[in-house]
Amino acid sequence: MTLWIWILAACVIAFATKFVGYLLPEKWLENPWVLPLSQGVTVGLLASLVAANTFVDGTTIVLDARLAALVAAAVALLLRAPYLVVVIVGAVAAALTRLLMG
Amino acid sequence: MNDPDWPLSVAGEERASGDEGVVLGVREGRTNVSKERPQRSWHLSTAQKRGLSVGLATGLYGISFGALAVVAGLSVWQASALSLLMFTGGSQFAFIGVLGGGGSLGAATAAASLVGVRNAVYGVTANAMLRPRGWRKLVAAQVTIDEAIAVASATENPAEERRGFWTAGIAVFVLWNLFTVLGAVAGNALGDPKAWGLDGAAVAAFLGLLWPRLKARDPIVIAVAAALTTVLVAPFVPPGIPIILAAVVAVILTVAQRSVAPRGDEDPPQPVPERRAPRGDEGPPQPTHPAQPQDGDR
Repeated sequence: MTLWIWILAACVIAFATKFVGYLLPEKWLENPWVLPLSQGVTVGLLASLVAANTFVDGTTIVLDARLAALVAAAVALLLRAPYLVVVIVGAVAAALTRLLMG
Repeated sequence: MNDPDWPLSVAGEERASGDEGVVLGVREGRTNVSKERPQRSWHLSTAQKRGLSVGLATGLYGISFGALAVVAGLSVWQASALSLLMFTGGSQFAFIGVLGGGGSLGAATAAASLVGVRNAVYGVTANAMLRPRGWRKLVAAQVTIDEAIAVASATENPAEERRGFWTAGIAVFVLWNLFTVLGAVAGNALGDPKAWGLDGAAVAAFLGLLWPRLKARDPIVIAVAAALTTVLVAPFVPPGIPIILAAVVAVILTVAQRSVAPRGDEDPPQPVPERRAPRGDEGPPQPTHPAQPQDGDR
């Protein structure tokens, strides 16, 4: 139940964020900090999620099959693979690494 | 092209849309609309075609969201609720990413909300383009996502902007939700997620979202610093807190970078009306607008 409440709260915040853009004056975009900050925070959060999902397990740092997934996904992205292919490559790399390393 | 009211007139709208090969000029140079063809009702405009292809591509990886959401501990209903109501991929992945890593619900909500901040910027952009009225404003807000803005910003013609926004927004909404359910049901049936490499899929999913944003030095510096912060503090704070600290680091670095180069050497912010000429080919929409998303970001 708690999970549902937080999910709904997060959804309300997400919609309010979108909607507030429709209420703000266009001039707001001219503020030189708006775009860089929204872009900077997005990059920081995504990079943090990449790092946490690759190296962190609870509160310990581990090197495991997920590192293979990271490398494989990076190679796929360098080869300009479509997003869905990148995700599948990550999964296959992690699964194969576990299989091979027992 | 002797219609003085273009692009406001209906005739102008129809003329300026059409098949690939139509090259729209910049606003002043609208005489270089080539391969002029009258639009027939069964012909999709360029923006509509783009919208549908982006919708299909993006919708498909709703599968990975659905599967990863149930692996992170959500039910099929909860995964679907996120896709229906939150409907902004980056935030949805952030929410389940923090939960999957053992973070608290509050941290998951905070991370999702911060990732969604850019949607407010898109909202201003979309409002300026579409000027929706009444209930349409609410619907437009819900489909204000990277893809809709990307497709809309890829053209100069106001009518095409509108068509592109709505086609992409609604196509992504419908397919993203369908495939979320599919992925969630499949994820439930898979059993041990690690045996299928689904934790590796999560890593790849986040890297795929980050990748298109790393096109200049400044974002790369931020990304590296945020990743290092996450790994360095993870052993000392509860799960979910590292991502918040990474966001703080990102803010500090952005401020520092902008203070060093106040006008910005690579990507200066521009007001909304500043638009560049669109590309004429049928490729995926490229960022042509400052308040525009990077491709692949959901």
